[in-house]
Amino acid sequence: MGLFDRHAGLLEAYRDVRTTGIDPFQIRMGRVLSPTQAIINGKPTLLVGTNNYFGLTFDPSCMEAAIEAIRAEGTGTTGSRIANGSYTEHVALEQEIAQFYGKKHCMVFTTGYQANLGVISTLADQGDFLLIDADSHASIYDACKMTRAEVVRFKHNDPSSLEARLRRLGDKQGGDKPGNRVVVLEGIYSMLGDSAPLKEFVEVCKKYGAYVLIDEAHSLGALGANGRGLCEEAGVLDDCHFIVGTFSKTLGAIGGYCVSDDPDFDILRVTVRAYMFTASPPPSIVASVRQALRIVKARPELRKQLWDNVATLYDGLARQGFKLGPEHGPVVGVHLPDRETAIGFWRAMLDAGIYVNVAVPPATPNGVSLLRCSLCAVHTSEQLEHMVEVMTGIGRQMGVLPPPKLRAVSGR
Amino acid sequence: MDGSRACETLRNKLLFHKESLFLSDIPRPTPGTGEMLLRTAHQLTVENDGIADTATLARGILRADVIREICLHLEPYQADEKPITGETVIAKDLTIDSLAIMDMVMELEDRFDVSIPMSVIAEIHTVDQLADTIQDLRARG
Repeated sequence: MGLFDRHAGLLEAYRDVRTTGIDPFQIRMGRVLSPTQAIINGKPTLLVGTNNYFGLTFDPSCMEAAIEAIRAEGTGTTGSRIANGSYTEHVALEQEIAQFYGKKHCMVFTTGYQANLGVISTLADQGDFLLIDADSHASIYDACKMTRAEVVRFKHNDPSSLEARLRRLGDKQGGDKPGNRVVVLEGIYSMLGDSAPLKEFVEVCKKYGAYVLIDEAHSLGALGANGRGLCEEAGVLDDCHFIVGTFSKTLGAIGGYCVSDDPDFDILRVTVRAYMFTASPPPSIVASVRQALRIVKARPELRKQLWDNVATLYDGLARQGFKLGPEHGPVVGVHLPDRETAIGFWRAMLDAGIYVNVAVPPATPNGVSLLRCSLCAVHTSEQLEHMVEVMTGIGRQMGVLPPPKLRAVSGR
Repeated sequence: MDGSRACETLRNKLLFHKESLFLSDIPRPTPGTGEMLLRTAHQLTVENDGIADTATLARGILRADVIREICLHLEPYQADEKPITGETVIAKDLTIDSLAIMDMVMELEDRFDVSIPMSVIAEIHTVDQLADTIQDLRARG
């Protein structure tokens, strides 16, 4: 048996995906011009699939901060925090994120993936129980592979499904399963843009003495009066024991973090291997993230712009008859009937100069085929209205939407 | 970018399913010995004290009911005319993918009021094994 034989099924599916002549998973950005525009295949293209929710990747103040940091401290740290020490700026960033949430402790990771991987796999160990949403991100599933805790999935965004599983574990104090219960949730789910019913989840967790860890990767900046995410929006910030987030979406860089009020939180610095055995974030990243966080705090209008844009795209597509994710969100998932239609639709949009993501089974929840659009605060309404028009045209050509109703013209 | 994230999610869910690294302390049924195991389980319980016996009876379920429920969930994935039996290898003999298997398991968990840890799911191959696991967990309460 060859090394790659076990991937035969996946290879076949992947071959199908590439039949349009362009591989959606290997798209090459010839040149990225701004948060919303790039040259792809030699053509100016509107970007509506980059998770760049506030458009801060080209913010002049963030760029300057990064450049200045490189001049002052070089391009990289070349080692981990425990082996090579922390830069003053690492510590400053951690303090600023902790303050942002009003929590006592913060740990910064080199990627958001590592934050989930390291924290979740370390918090729950043998004898403990990890309860995860069925639609959890790969980083959460991978964390589950690394722990000896018992892992149980509950139905996506369904507090009663979580409750049934916590109830089955029995009484934490007197029962035969005394281990810790750690429940892992996400603020906004990355495929369909739907939010967790967090208040209800937190009630269930309280009832059964479970810890709550929430990943705010897609909700940082987007939700809450101060942009702290769903935990703020739902008014349960104090009840979320661990909040994980990323620097690679709203904050326009790369990295991750976890905040908590737990007095012993810092022990994770010498127990989480994804933190201990990898190089720390470089000075430029730390500097641009600190500036981006200042912008999130100082410019709430970006959040309003983002949601206005969400409404323009979501409502525009809904009016034309597209089947969308269940609610407004910075991610708008457009349902298409099958894999071939989704890939053809994606390709037609790229030809028309609009880049979105395509997500097809078995990569998607419930086997749906999706075009995944992510909005940016600096998209213009004209750009998005144009996008709705283009998608409507393609939808009709492909038979996804009914043909336009012919209006009777009354002569005078 | 998130298209590839989606792909990653998939790949990792698949990997999880195939190559679970850890073992659960719940004993796993041996392939093809479903009925035998069931009888053994009953004998063991009967030999126990009265309280345990009562508890088992209260949560006892008919194996036929479990099998019927599993088959109901699997019918849409029947590859050909071949009927679904206890020996059917779920991931191989049917057209169901591993994510759909895990979702089906969630439905069965709620139907029979048991939780099957992911590491245990990863070790289940046949309809019989799935039924045994559910009955075993039911009996444990």
